Amino acid sequence: MYIVKRFVTMLLTIWVIASLTFIIMKFIPGDPFASDADVLPEHVLDNMRAKYHLDEPIPVQYVLYLKSLVMFDLGPSIQSETRSVNSIIASGFPASATLGIQAIIVAVVFGLLLGIIAALYHNRLLDYISMVIAIIGISVPSFILAPLLINYFAVKWGMLPVASWGSFQHSILPSIALATTPLAVIARFMRSSMIEVMNQNYMKTADAKGLSSFKIVFNHGIRNAILPVVSFMGPLFVSLITGTFVIEKIFAIPGIGKYFVDSIFNRDYPVIMGTTVFFSVILVVTLFLIDISYRFIDPRIKLTSKGD
Amino acid sequence: MEHLLKVDQLKVNFNTYGGEVKAVRDVSFHVDQGEIVAIVGESGSGKSVTVQSIMGLIPSPPGMIKGGSIQFEGKDLLTLSKRQMRKIKGSKIGMIFQDPMTSLNPTMKVGKQIAEALITHRNFSKANAKNKAVEMLKLVGIPNPEARFQQYPHEYSGGMRQRAMIAIALACSPDLLIADEPTTALDVTIQAQVLELMKELQKKMNTAIILITHDLGVVAETAQRVLVMYGGVVVESASVMELFENPRHPYTWGLLQSIPDTDTSEKKRLVPIAGSPPDLFSPPKGCPFAPRCKYAMDICLEEMPTDYDISDGHTAKCWLNDERAPHPETFARLGETENA
Repeated sequence: MYIVKRFVTMLLTIWVIASLTFIIMKFIPGDPFASDADVLPEHVLDNMRAKYHLDEPIPVQYVLYLKSLVMFDLGPSIQSETRSVNSIIASGFPASATLGIQAIIVAVVFGLLLGIIAALYHNRLLDYISMVIAIIGISVPSFILAPLLINYFAVKWGMLPVASWGSFQHSILPSIALATTPLAVIARFMRSSMIEVMNQNYMKTADAKGLSSFKIVFNHGIRNAILPVVSFMGPLFVSLITGTFVIEKIFAIPGIGKYFVDSIFNRDYPVIMGTTVFFSVILVVTLFLIDISYRFIDPRIKLTSKGD
Repeated sequence: MEHLLKVDQLKVNFNTYGGEVKAVRDVSFHVDQGEIVAIVGESGSGKSVTVQSIMGLIPSPPGMIKGGSIQFEGKDLLTLSKRQMRKIKGSKIGMIFQDPMTSLNPTMKVGKQIAEALITHRNFSKANAKNKAVEMLKLVGIPNPEARFQQYPHEYSGGMRQRAMIAIALACSPDLLIADEPTTALDVTIQAQVLELMKELQKKMNTAIILITHDLGVVAETAQRVLVMYGGVVVESASVMELFENPRHPYTWGLLQSIPDTDTSEKKRLVPIAGSPPDLFSPPKGCPFAPRCKYAMDICLEEMPTDYDISDGHTAKCWLNDERAPHPETFARLGETENA
């Protein structure tokens, strides 16, 4: 029952996002052919507008748009005539997703590790070192870190390729650059959550049972401490796998990150709509999965449609 | 006879921002095989710190064991390594805590929490540990133990959680069970059930128990011997009968006078102990209770009294028991008439 209800809510959410994007998009002055207006004769422009239904009244455009959306057809791109939005996403998403998933693995594994170490050595040297690393990770932007990584690992030491996409080697530097900030944020979350858990009575019970420190932390500590980190991971996961403009640009990765930005400059309406809806579908689905995962992490959380 | 546990001159300090707190000062006592010893005293009197040092649960920093020894089955627990200590914790000494609501891990099945100790200390296989855990749940009086094994703590009531805690603590049949205010967080009827259970298991398994409480009623019901602690010091120690019959420390008198008497219909005001507990940052050089004591003499403020042997196994740390002091019984009677 809960799942059905959630599913309906998800569809509604996506519809609201799609509609809002449509409305906001129409508020942007100009249209896809504004820059061609000086060069092309008026009747050519009219023809082109007609082709993309831009001559229809806005409500009609909206209905047409929703219709094709229901058919999973995101329409043709106006900018690159030969490609549909579907094919743009299909060709760009794998690279972005691979990069994003690698980055999130790095961020989660090392973030949790750093956070746990900091908590276990609370107010001691290792804690301070971990937190300095975390603060640096949060405050150094990726467009500074990425060139630094390229300069040392690719240019000076020649260990890894400078840029481009293809093999696993190509993905290492961008994954690291992309992972740094979320890694640092996860470390800080995990640290404070773990410190709180370490002071709980059940940790004392575990200690009084004669368990090793390792078992106390792993069997009793982490599962209780991880919940706040998990709730943060949903949006993070989505924003990483749907491509990032800066990192993909610096490393010349053929992902979908740049389409989010380029499509807006070009007034490429179908691509704006397509990428936004694609993003929101992935976001809504991920949040749903995260909600379900809570149930498995913390048995006290029950998935019910009512608040009982 | 060799004592099961012998604590000698134990000193525990805590470093805080305000300075060093002397939480436990020269505490000595012993527990014999199969005996129930109660420790009573108000909050901050050092009861919990004393037993937590036995278990090596004093967080360090800020806690520091400054001196003394804790002999358990011939070994000084204070000199053992962490690894050696782990072999004793949960195996030879079990512990139950005050708040059953927060003392169980909320994300682990109760059964697994019991089985864990067995797997760690007794090398039980998972299946054997499960059987034994179910058996323990049954032993502590939890109905339908197979189903309860699979449940999480939030599916248990408060009383059942404390039963589960007892099952955890006793799973490896320890020689000593430390119960740190096991009934304080429970309501009265459940309190009685849990105490009854502890007494019953103690007889069955011949486990010695250190029972911390501030309820003298609980002491009278369960324990054989009592230590009264005040300001980090054991002020009186006696068998339960002796303590109720012939208390020899003004603090004990105060405690006894503050028990409500529900047997008589006569309305009687409870007598509180005036004043507040001593500042343990700089404990008074004399008796810690002297500033609140109606019978304090000049020497009480100047010098810590020694333990006076009143009778076999009954000692009191009070100058009134000195032969040069005025006879304390007179004062005790004086106290009684004052309250009548």
